[in-house]
Amino acid sequence: MTAPAAAYGKALDLITRVRGVRGAMLVSAEDGIVVAEQLMEGIKGPALSALAASLATRLRRAMEAAGVGASVFWHLQAEQGALLVVPTPGGTLVVAVAEPDVNVGLVRLELLRAAEVVG
Amino acid sequence: MPDEIKTLSSQLAQDPDSLVFLRLGELLRHKGQLDTAHRVALTGLERHPHLPDAHDLYARILADKHDYERAFDEWDMALRIAPDHVGALKGLAFLYFKVGDVQQAAAHLEAAQRVAPDDPGVAQALAMARGEGGAEAGTVAEPQPIAPAAQPMEEARVFAGLEGAQEGLLLLDASGRVLGGALKDPAGRDVTDAVAAYLAGVSQEAARTVKLLGLGKWTGLAAEGKLGHVHLAPPSSDALLLVVRDRAVPMGRLAIIAQRAALAARRWLEAHA
Repeated sequence: MTAPAAAYGKALDLITRVRGVRGAMLVSAEDGIVVAEQLMEGIKGPALSALAASLATRLRRAMEAAGVGASVFWHLQAEQGALLVVPTPGGTLVVAVAEPDVNVGLVRLELLRAAEVVG
Repeated sequence: MPDEIKTLSSQLAQDPDSLVFLRLGELLRHKGQLDTAHRVALTGLERHPHLPDAHDLYARILADKHDYERAFDEWDMALRIAPDHVGALKGLAFLYFKVGDVQQAAAHLEAAQRVAPDDPGVAQALAMARGEGGAEAGTVAEPQPIAPAAQPMEEARVFAGLEGAQEGLLLLDASGRVLGGALKDPAGRDVTDAVAAYLAGVSQEAARTVKLLGLGKWTGLAAEGKLGHVHLAPPSSDALLLVVRDRAVPMGRLAIIAQRAALAARRWLEAHA
């Protein structure tokens, strides 16, 4: 991780400004610990970060085994919302929780921008 | 063998703390009675949590059930308790072979050989891992300790007529067992088993994640890789569909392919229920 702590908040701001985003967080991909978060009330950050990191690890291994390389962006779709994730080269996951009608392309863009800030 | 199973079961019933569960579990595993073997091993493990042989037995049964991730954990635990445990070293070597990490597999087999230099199974597997005896390193046979598991069911037929049925579509059950389809990497190598092993449990993990967030059921997972795209979908609550395509196929198009494949998978699962 290369950015100072103050930059994390700005990185998360980029994401939560998008309409339909219920929260965003930075998660250590290795151990599933929350690095920074801006979540709406009711979202359990620590549990979510652990599950997101675990899912990211399985997915990364499967994708590498399949020969499609490391994941750049992934999007878990559900009936009433979505979880969108961008892994950074430095081992952080930039995570967004969103409403079902969110503009996925826009969130993806902001997640990628935030990932550049976080490093 | 049935008599021995009966005798050992009786002994275990009389003395639940007895170590005969190790022999009994192994016999049941060899007979293919994996669910019973699983119960025996788990009960034994609960009574003897620090016994490396108990973890080894449990791991073998899990591996036979294609639950490779938990098998890895159990063999890893056996090695933490007994760093020279040959069964665990061979088991981990097997799992590394399975995911194509021949270097790690060979390292574990070398460690096993240092402990058991006269074990012909270790020597044979190691020779193959090193590419000796005419076998290529990536195509070594599975080491001895694990009995062959059940074969995939009529795998070619699940996605009959669908594009990429034999190189980019895969149907798995909850434990990562391949039910149909196949997967090849960009170099044309079959990576079905390796990918299936890593995807074991993904469906449950996705379900837990969306449940935690109160988002209802999960309907799909789209992932963009540096060299290709992946789409996962749950055609049923205990099955997982994987579609893989190169980056030239847009994510939206991939979602449509996945929808069609999920429909075919659902029909197939219902027909084989």
